[in-house]
Amino acid sequence: MSGKYTDHLGRPVIAVTGMGVVTSLGRGREDNWKALTSGESGIHRIKRFPIDGLSTTIAGTVDFMETEEVSAPAISYAMADATSEEALDQAGFGRSGFPGPLFFAAPPVELEWQHRFALMGEMTEGEPGYDQLLAAARANRHERMHQLIQLGTIAYRIAEKYGTKGLPISLSTACASGATALQQGVEAIRRGDADAALCAASDGSVTAEGLIRFSLLSALTTANEKPEKASKPFSKDRSGFVMSEGSGALVLESLEHAEARGAKVLGIIKGVGEKADSFHRTRSSPDGKPVITAIKLGLDDAGVEPDAIGYVNAHGTSTPENDRMEYNSLKAVFGDSIHSTPISSNKSMIGHTLTAGGAVEAVFSFMTMLEGTIPPTINYDNPDPDIPLDVVPNVKRDAQVDMILSNSFGFGGQNACLVLGAGM
Amino acid sequence: MTERDVWITGIGLVSCFGEGAQFHWETLGGDTAPAPVVDSERFKPYCVHPLPEMDWSQQIPRRGDQRQMENWQRLGTYAAGLALDDAGLKENEELVSTMDLVVAAGGGERDLDVDASILKDAQSRNDRENLLNERLPNELRPTLFLAQLSNLMAGNISIVHKVTGSSRTYMGEESAGVTSIENAMRRISAGQSTHLLVGGGFNAERPDLLLTMELGQYGHRGAYAPVAARRQSGGGMILGSAGAFLVLEDAEHARARGAKAYAKIGGVASDLGQRDEAATRQRLGAMFDKLDTKSVGGVISGACGVDPVTSIEFDMLRERLGEDVAIRAFTSMTGTAIEANFPIAVSLAALAIHNKRFYPAFEQAEKPASGSPQSILVSALGHYRGEGLGLVESIDA
Repeated sequence: MSGKYTDHLGRPVIAVTGMGVVTSLGRGREDNWKALTSGESGIHRIKRFPIDGLSTTIAGTVDFMETEEVSAPAISYAMADATSEEALDQAGFGRSGFPGPLFFAAPPVELEWQHRFALMGEMTEGEPGYDQLLAAARANRHERMHQLIQLGTIAYRIAEKYGTKGLPISLSTACASGATALQQGVEAIRRGDADAALCAASDGSVTAEGLIRFSLLSALTTANEKPEKASKPFSKDRSGFVMSEGSGALVLESLEHAEARGAKVLGIIKGVGEKADSFHRTRSSPDGKPVITAIKLGLDDAGVEPDAIGYVNAHGTSTPENDRMEYNSLKAVFGDSIHSTPISSNKSMIGHTLTAGGAVEAVFSFMTMLEGTIPPTINYDNPDPDIPLDVVPNVKRDAQVDMILSNSFGFGGQNACLVLGAGM
Repeated sequence: MTERDVWITGIGLVSCFGEGAQFHWETLGGDTAPAPVVDSERFKPYCVHPLPEMDWSQQIPRRGDQRQMENWQRLGTYAAGLALDDAGLKENEELVSTMDLVVAAGGGERDLDVDASILKDAQSRNDRENLLNERLPNELRPTLFLAQLSNLMAGNISIVHKVTGSSRTYMGEESAGVTSIENAMRRISAGQSTHLLVGGGFNAERPDLLLTMELGQYGHRGAYAPVAARRQSGGGMILGSAGAFLVLEDAEHARARGAKAYAKIGGVASDLGQRDEAATRQRLGAMFDKLDTKSVGGVISGACGVDPVTSIEFDMLRERLGEDVAIRAFTSMTGTAIEANFPIAVSLAALAIHNKRFYPAFEQAEKPASGSPQSILVSALGHYRGEGLGLVESIDA
């Protein structure tokens, strides 16, 4: 059933022909890869808003983009635009007319305090509160503000600017969103709905309220003293994740379509697995079954056994729970061989880029195979004895990797695993 | 690839009128339209279609689960439960645990008291950002964030109803309702899913959402009026609290388990573009061309009441389907429920097909129905961006 262009189940093989990335390490594939393989951290003291009184004062904010204002929707759009452009350029599609749909993992944008205060400032009468804000809205149309806070706007702008086909899908599965965006593209091409898909994800939502929300759930590390050391996946003294910003975009095409137009194939998306958890809104089932199932489904979808995996790009958030659960689940699927399979967490350097994570880490996974170098898990000074993994500690490692498992596990129990292969 | 038929085997509906698929058919499908249920006092100058008193425990048995949500997520979780019951699947652990889930979602409720209190104190502070740091960590309930996250309606549906196949959440206002059903239909059609729960919920009784709407000045102000008549008093949207979920199944899968089905989804067409008249007409025309509308006997429209998009929609429906086509703007009855609009439209169409009767005019401008349509066109054109059309057809067609 499988031929050059079809996989073990007769479905079109899915190639990646373009990638773009922005993180706190920098803009673009080159700058990011250089920093990532040098073990640099993008985490720093927050400068965007006052940190007095906050229990977490560090983040991986992206402050170098040119944006129409400093807000989550504006920063997220600027990054999504940059990464979509970089991916489309690499794929050779140029700036307008893409022969497929857009699947976009969208950040949770909303009206922010700066906007509320601005609206309040427009009114000279009335008591402060929503009635007054509504009166300000009735008095003047705030078209730009309205557009910025629609959940679909970033996708609409990207679709219109780059000429993708049809109504884009904006989606969210929390921390698994980036992977889910890729999955939607894979499914669409496999169905024959399209020969190509632009799959992107972006999250620039480090506002005071955004940070405080995660703090209130005790999800963030408070190891503020040395920001660049705070994200330490798989370490004994890990204490929570670092909220960060970023964007990843990938151009997917059927391998047949890519080769017909002479595009360079950067890698192959071999399989995707997903499974929802019904245990708890933020914690995974302690028996790990949904995560184990997601991993197995990914491997099955790719038509490979666990021993085909040369490296695991971990979800690795640096929370006490995730890293242990991830180890246990991988052990259940891989058996003892997991102890000698390199596994590292990009989040040790870029923090948790939330909605963007799955896409950013997919880009880094493909670069791992293209460059023959595995990025390290930095800040690994105090190994957790209950997690005996080869985390590629602190320093990059040159290695030829042909197949990668990339994990993303989200709040709300949404788990997605990607199996990625080297370009042929 | 053989295309499989996509059957609608369960419907869960909650609106200002009450709850239940059968209840909505009885209420809306009679000889004359029911009197509108509207609250024009609480959010003056805006009307909303409010939720009736809900006994959430009917579908969300545990108080702990109810408390983790605000009304937006409760509405969706409740309607999802109704749909599972209606499909006869609620107790079927094997099918529920392998059921795929797609939720059309916005975001959850803010703490309005905390917001108002901060706004008040901000008036006399020139270090407002410090004020936020003082107040938010101490006054926000820690789990409120989970009630706000877009993908947590799906998370709650998984937790409460044990739906644990795949889980996706689509956003994008009205377009979310369109893309979630379109994607669900395509997956089943292509054999990528056998059974799936799809839909959304919307809580209109929220000053924060009314503000979002009104920043673009899309709201209708003043007394209630149905969609077409509303043009006389400035047009605009009247929002309504509602939830609508559907169980969709591969026809073979449904037959094998002896499921009853209301109707099938014959197709969905969607697009995006600038809203100048020429471009909008061109897109809608192409969408009509994609669907087989020759046997369409009626339209269930999610018209928002905002011009020019609502005028263009009605003009094109009449051009394509005849001057006397029976259009039913359900938004006159339930209000505009944004993400839930397209799911409501499909649900109401399925009920009409199944009961072999069409809805009475929801307002004077609507033409009488001619017979019982075997094919119904449904629409959800976003007030700002995004358009979707669908065909709901009799299974025997």
